[in-house]
Amino acid sequence: MLAGLKALFSGTKQLRKIFRQMYVIGARSFFLIALIAAFTGMVLGLQGYYTLVKFGAEGMLGALIALSLIMELGPVLAAIMVAGRAGSAMAAEIGVMRISDQIDALTVMDIDPLGYLVSPRIAASLITFPLLTALFDVIGILGGYVSGVIMLGMNGGVYFYRIDTSVVWHDVSGGFIKSLVFALIVSSISCFQGYFAHMRRDGVGPVAVGNATTSAVVTSCILILVADYILTSFLL
Amino acid sequence: MTQGAWDIRLENLKLGYGDTVVLHDVAATLPGGKISVILGGSGGGKTTLLRHILGLSRPLAGKIYLGGHDIFALPDKEFRRLRRSMGVLFQDGALLGGLTLAENVGLSLYEHTNLRFDDIRGLVLHKLSLVGLEDFADYYPNQLSGGMRKRAGLARALATDPPLLLCDEPTSGLDPINAAQMDALLLAMREQYPDMTIVSVSHDLASLYNIADHVLVLNSGTVAFSGSLEELKNTDDPFLRRFLDRKADRVPAAAARNPELAPKVRAALDAWLSR
Repeated sequence: MLAGLKALFSGTKQLRKIFRQMYVIGARSFFLIALIAAFTGMVLGLQGYYTLVKFGAEGMLGALIALSLIMELGPVLAAIMVAGRAGSAMAAEIGVMRISDQIDALTVMDIDPLGYLVSPRIAASLITFPLLTALFDVIGILGGYVSGVIMLGMNGGVYFYRIDTSVVWHDVSGGFIKSLVFALIVSSISCFQGYFAHMRRDGVGPVAVGNATTSAVVTSCILILVADYILTSFLL
Repeated sequence: MTQGAWDIRLENLKLGYGDTVVLHDVAATLPGGKISVILGGSGGGKTTLLRHILGLSRPLAGKIYLGGHDIFALPDKEFRRLRRSMGVLFQDGALLGGLTLAENVGLSLYEHTNLRFDDIRGLVLHKLSLVGLEDFADYYPNQLSGGMRKRAGLARALATDPPLLLCDEPTSGLDPINAAQMDALLLAMREQYPDMTIVSVSHDLASLYNIADHVLVLNSGTVAFSGSLEELKNTDDPFLRRFLDRKADRVPAAAARNPELAPKVRAALDAWLSR
């Protein structure tokens, strides 16, 4: 990971590759993130409303949804979704390049494979994960509005007022710090698994690439949850 | 850096991966400015030797000299400079799947110079025309046949007019006309660049007779022959004669007997075939 980050500053042709990866990781994950966020927010709205109404506190629904999404669910679910979609693609693409001599071809052309393949993916992840997390938060809050206000008849003004009064900058920055850490985890694990697919002991050739892809997603998801617990304990 | 044609000197090499020794006691010199063909059976260590010459793997023992430089004793920076002077055609072309042929061929120029890709395109089209692919410059590798990918790989290897050109099985998988074209291209390179050292790994005898100045034959994990093509043709070594005359080592006993399938297997097979 460090070599990949170091190589980020070694070349002058990195911007184009970073933009391309931002498209692959960020733009192409847009609809998936939007869909998951909308339904997550709607479910939170339903569950939250019926729980809070028992205590006569349904007016707090906006705060419940916003804080849950911004501090916890937004960064975690967005990262897990992107790990499944873009992380697996990173591991598979780099793995195929490894077993078909494409990485060796880069090496003999004196093109640093880490600078060419890994650095742009890490940089693009660091840029796109916070943006996707913000998108997840906003659409999730709107999803909660749909189920809480439009479907269950709660007052819309109260919904947004509670969000406005309960969410502070510390909550937002905490969510973004998490998303940056998750970006590093997903991109570096996925690139690592693909880059060393040829050294796997559980298979060779296409089987190794498949196993590397699976490992990339599983390891990323586990580390996201572990890192989430550690970060939360520091941020709270 | 080295001037003139580059010799490749292999000194007491022992090559392998981990505990597996693929080649041992490899000692030979591939002369500079000539076309050397590394010949041998499938799985005989030809590609392994090529990977070590490229510096992609380290030998278990011994040394490799390129133009007088012990490549594994050079500082990393010097070795990378040396490797810039190599053009490599990998076995299946190894073109980057996300780039067009033109981008693949111009990649090293784009990455290492300040030229814009539009400026590089003229040279790229020239290199592609050498291999008959100028009309496919904007195609992606997966839109082409295996032979076309291989020819594009050669165009990429030639992009920087390297003093050392290494080709891994350049004619395998090509039809006779394209194989002959590949041979003609390598011969043209030798004519055009007298200082270019060309090493071709192959088991294609027709190609060997077409292009080779020098031949290195690998067998049983070591060097069976190193010398000129004429010397090879006149050899009376039993293995080399069998290899050159395409004579089978022995007919496998099982194939000679053509044994009957076990009744149970025969019945299952017949049932499936008649289904």
